[in-house]
Amino acid sequence: MIKINKKISEILTQHKNEIFEDWLSGQLASVSLRLDLVSETELRRQSQEFLNLFVTASLSSNLQDINTPEWDGVREYLTSITYSRARQGFSPTEIATFVLSLKHPLFSHLRELSGVNSNDLIDMIWTATFLIDKLALLSIENYQRGREEIIKRQQQELLELSTPVVKAWDGVLILPLIGTLDSARTQIVMESLLQSILDTGSAIAIIDITGVISVDTLVAQHLLKTMAAAKLMGAQCIISGIRPQIAQTMVHLGVGFGEVATKASLADALAESFKRLGLAVIKPQARG
Amino acid sequence: MSVSKSDAATIQNTEDIVRLRQRVRDLMKNEGFSLVDQTKMVTAASELARNALVYGGGGAVLVEVLKEDNGRTGLRLIFEDHGPGIADIDQALTDGFTTGNGLGLGLGGSKRLTNEFLIDSSPGAGTRITVTRWM
Repeated sequence: MIKINKKISEILTQHKNEIFEDWLSGQLASVSLRLDLVSETELRRQSQEFLNLFVTASLSSNLQDINTPEWDGVREYLTSITYSRARQGFSPTEIATFVLSLKHPLFSHLRELSGVNSNDLIDMIWTATFLIDKLALLSIENYQRGREEIIKRQQQELLELSTPVVKAWDGVLILPLIGTLDSARTQIVMESLLQSILDTGSAIAIIDITGVISVDTLVAQHLLKTMAAAKLMGAQCIISGIRPQIAQTMVHLGVGFGEVATKASLADALAESFKRLGLAVIKPQARG
Repeated sequence: MSVSKSDAATIQNTEDIVRLRQRVRDLMKNEGFSLVDQTKMVTAASELARNALVYGGGGAVLVEVLKEDNGRTGLRLIFEDHGPGIADIDQALTDGFTTGNGLGLGLGGSKRLTNEFLIDSSPGAGTRITVTRWM
């Protein structure tokens, strides 16, 4: 095995420049090339740097395990390329192709070796394939991780984007709910409503669910609990924005909001709360 | 009757439930189901997926678009978990009955929200629930 490894690293060192040029022209000719995302200069720089690190690491003669310290540099560089490409919008195939396309130039140089029997050649190709596949898998894993980080960050941002409690009138609060309500966000939103009731001393809280896609039993339960808590604090709740399809679904599901007043639109709910507060909206009389 | 589209997903966390709801909604929208049908099926999917997660300890779901020979389109969801199973299915379907701390409406409600509803479960053998909604 050591003989095979040695032979491969010899080829890599001796023919580094040719392999580099072949690899780069292969990448530039490939269908998965994304010149819209990465410039030729940048690709050249990345390929050059990666190959340098790759050749250096291969001199350590350990081509079987890329998790050894000798391969640290390669792994780190590959990770950084993958991360930046994942952010730029490369597909997994395009990312893996970067490393995988190194096979062709490397194998052609292995084939040109003189005085190697076919058994050794197959061993060398096998070792090199195995090594490059591992690096390709690593880049896919990193790609995945990069995407997951993006998703996690977006989720965090959504959490912070929690719906504001709006004061509509003296003593009337509106909580416009949007999206799905069975996440951690719901808890935050509900707590902020109760806190606002306390802070403003409001008597009426309108929960508007126009932007809620579906109301299932868990969402209903969240709403019921919030309304019960608001009631304990001396505030009445009105639910508004129940769309026809949601109303039908809730009836079949068997959930209801009990004694709580529900209105089709936010305007109706606001009118209702004015009525409860003894307020009237009137047009100014025309001056005679 | 033939299955024109089929796609499996795991239910291991609440994000999976959100994804399933979106998947069901998108599929039904593309197939031309009405908004009411979409909402009903999405709600049933949400209930059953959450049951599989909370009571079954996680599971899997198979989403299938069905085409009948007469051209009728349906959406079928098959939920499977390897949890403790349901001892008394009739009791579990009764509104207000829950072994957890939910409202106890999910299972019975899902039955009312779909056209076909099938439970296959026994204690220790996990639960398999098949629901279908036709256009």
